[in-house]
Amino acid sequence: MSKNVEVRIKRQDSPKAPAYWEEFSVPYEDGMNVISILQAIRRDPRNKAGKAVTPVTWESSCLEEVCGACTMVINGKVRQACTALVDQLQQPISLEPMSKFPVQRDLRVDRQRIFENLKKINGWIDVDGYHGQGAGPRQSPYDQEVTYKFSECMSCGCCMEVCPQFTIDNKFIGAAVIGQTRLFNMHPTGKMHQQKRLDAVTDIGGIQDCGLAQQCVKACPKKIPLVEAIGSVQRQVTVSQVFGVLSKRA
Amino acid sequence: MSEKRVLIVGGGLAGLAAAMKACELGLEVDIFSMVHVKRSHSVCAQGGINGAVNTKGEGDSPYIHFVDTIKGGDFLADQPPVLSMCEAAPAVINMMDRLGVTFNRTPEGLLDFRRFGGTLHHRTAFAGASTGQQLLYALDEQVRRWEAEGKVRKFENWEFTRLILDAEGKAVGLVAQDLATMEFKSFPGLAVVLATGGPGLMFGKTTNSTINFGSATAAAYKQGVWYGNPEMVQIHPSGIPGSDKLRLISESARGEGGRVWVPRKKGETRPWNQIPVEDRYYFLEERYPLFGNLVPRDIASREIAEICVKEGLGIGGRDAVYLDLTEKDEDFLLHKLGAILEIYEKFRGVDPKKVPMEIYPAYHYSMGGLMAGYETDAEGKMLKGSPLNQMTNIPNVYAVGEADHQYHGANRLGANSLMSCIYAGLVVGESVSALSKNDKASSAASSLLESEQKLEEEKYKKLLAQDGPENPFVIHKELGEAMSKNCLIERHNQDLVKLRDTVQGLEERLKKASSLDKSGTGNMSAVFLRQLDGMITMAKAVVEGAILRDECRGAHYKPEFDNPAPAKETPIDDPAWTAYYEKFLVQSKEWLRTTIAKYDGAKALPTIDYKPVDARHLSPEPRDYTGVGKKAWAKFKASRQAQGQA
Repeated sequence: MSKNVEVRIKRQDSPKAPAYWEEFSVPYEDGMNVISILQAIRRDPRNKAGKAVTPVTWESSCLEEVCGACTMVINGKVRQACTALVDQLQQPISLEPMSKFPVQRDLRVDRQRIFENLKKINGWIDVDGYHGQGAGPRQSPYDQEVTYKFSECMSCGCCMEVCPQFTIDNKFIGAAVIGQTRLFNMHPTGKMHQQKRLDAVTDIGGIQDCGLAQQCVKACPKKIPLVEAIGSVQRQVTVSQVFGVLSKRA
Repeated sequence: MSEKRVLIVGGGLAGLAAAMKACELGLEVDIFSMVHVKRSHSVCAQGGINGAVNTKGEGDSPYIHFVDTIKGGDFLADQPPVLSMCEAAPAVINMMDRLGVTFNRTPEGLLDFRRFGGTLHHRTAFAGASTGQQLLYALDEQVRRWEAEGKVRKFENWEFTRLILDAEGKAVGLVAQDLATMEFKSFPGLAVVLATGGPGLMFGKTTNSTINFGSATAAAYKQGVWYGNPEMVQIHPSGIPGSDKLRLISESARGEGGRVWVPRKKGETRPWNQIPVEDRYYFLEERYPLFGNLVPRDIASREIAEICVKEGLGIGGRDAVYLDLTEKDEDFLLHKLGAILEIYEKFRGVDPKKVPMEIYPAYHYSMGGLMAGYETDAEGKMLKGSPLNQMTNIPNVYAVGEADHQYHGANRLGANSLMSCIYAGLVVGESVSALSKNDKASSAASSLLESEQKLEEEKYKKLLAQDGPENPFVIHKELGEAMSKNCLIERHNQDLVKLRDTVQGLEERLKKASSLDKSGTGNMSAVFLRQLDGMITMAKAVVEGAILRDECRGAHYKPEFDNPAPAKETPIDDPAWTAYYEKFLVQSKEWLRTTIAKYDGAKALPTIDYKPVDARHLSPEPRDYTGVGKKAWAKFKASRQAQGQA
């Protein structure tokens, strides 16, 4: 006897077109995840009523939850489709594109804003060049444990999707980008240029727009301590502002 | 006006390293990638990156790294670039550290190194269990820095479809398609760097990402770029069966005491925990008492396949065996293997500390790739700064990373891929810089840019209009199953010849496939017709290379032509060992050569040529990881040389 998996997908044919829901029913397979549902649909692109439809468009790459590509809203929760196992999901499974980024088609959204914001905060280490300069600065194993966690951020956008302050059309940079600020400001070389980042992070749409709803940290698939990062960067900002005022008085 | 813009296709480790180096040397760069570069397949690499930094007081050196790499690749790699890579490796790791990679540290705050397969030294730097991701991010950040300065333009979610070659056959640009709007555009540039990764998806479900079509490689190959050693692809023994892809469980699970077994009885119906020890078949331990579960990757893969396919002993009749850690203490497992066990649990929904994992070998990596060249210096190393380094046979077209054939011979050592990708990227940055200084000023005529773009638009229109009965995704599934069954772990000529027909049959069916989707936005199906055509094109080269290479070398295993070392452990002057060495020399003479696949549009199958391997530093010897035959081989060789001189 064959079992089926019931799915509802919020579709949209183009960026300006209206969204609509379409239902699918695909044969169950052992160990299925949401990706394999979408793959099954494109091998037999018919909706539940048996009508031929276009295959669903979505974004994916690694399928190991390290690239961030296949992020979507599954049964109302933003997460990666690759780690969404059918056996652990209530049916009908509902799939929607993220709501805080413009839809390109179906489940595919444009997350360019995240990368633009990483540019804005100077999200890199200002090295002199790529020639041999000997070993890098020493770091303690304890610091490495802290920075490694932040460096696992895959720019998936889950923290922005759940953030009440982050909307599709405002300027807020979002928790992930603040987390990256924390990462670069902690690096021995990165620290030398932290003021540039602090200036950027207090610009329009900066850290002051955070409403401390603390939803970001709950939604992060990598369990990155985003609230801690926001607190830490906020302290760096305060210290730099106080010193800024003091140095002007002197 | 001379064009100073470099066109880099692919934004993984190799492409991004190339971009940042080229920018540093004063060039401007356009990067084309099918995904945001931060989501490239490089993120999947877990283990680490090799370089003989020698901070453990073991006397490791770049030369030993070189010897291990050449031997690991069964002597099929040209030696000058490998030697140069191994010499540069410590500096590359230090540079990546300076770029902010969160490498694991020693108590003194230095980089920590771990051991990996194929070497006796602690040579692998690592960042948790996601070294590839960490390295990629550091390069992505540097490229973003150049982007902020206006030196880099990124075309993400674009697909490269065609090289633009001038009347002399030199690359002067490329055509790419925006996968959101489906529009094509021509881009002029002084060189095209193909950093497009491996062609893994021709094997269907693999450890590769969903973007590893190999279609960029296929496009270049169809325009005349040669493809080296297509038959050399690597299998990893412990893939996790999945309905969408095969993820990896690291070799360290076996290293920490994981045991591989299947029920001894065919058709066993009891659940695993009700099968008593005497009814469990620990086949690796029984067959290889010395190495047990830690036999090399290729042997473990072949044994697992044999147990499942030939002996029908796979769990529940499926292609799967147990990798069992349940005998181990849970705290020990959490401490030693926490991260990788968490991955298994996340994807299989089962706790591997309590229930044995199920594994099966999976396609993992392509050693073969677009043929990249090099120029040598007086010491037999890559001539630094030569514009010919990493250049293919088509002038001004370069290949780097998994897309090139250059660094791994017939088998890649673990943690050498990340190094080869970054190293080749840095090298090609220097090559294109040299090219920009030497090259006679030339730029693509606007009429050529227009006509080439038009050509691609017309081809796509035809694909879009295709309306046959076949579904391309179904054809792909069949291709993957046929390739994995007949051209992966073990190869037999009669199967390969049949596979060649199967692949050609699929090619015919592809002509009768539907695009499934006529829309002009984010159309994944119409472009898949092109991507699948690329996979089939490259599959034909893999199969043809495999049919013709009648020997066992590295990952290419044809039992019919195997020359196994004798079981006797006293090899000196033993007649069986002498016969083994004799046969080794005969096979080496015939087969120590690089396969060159060339596309010929007029013919259904690729033309296969060969060229000798540049083995100027190390002469080939039988791969021996036991140490047993070392003295015997030296004696045999000495007596041969004496005879030769007599």
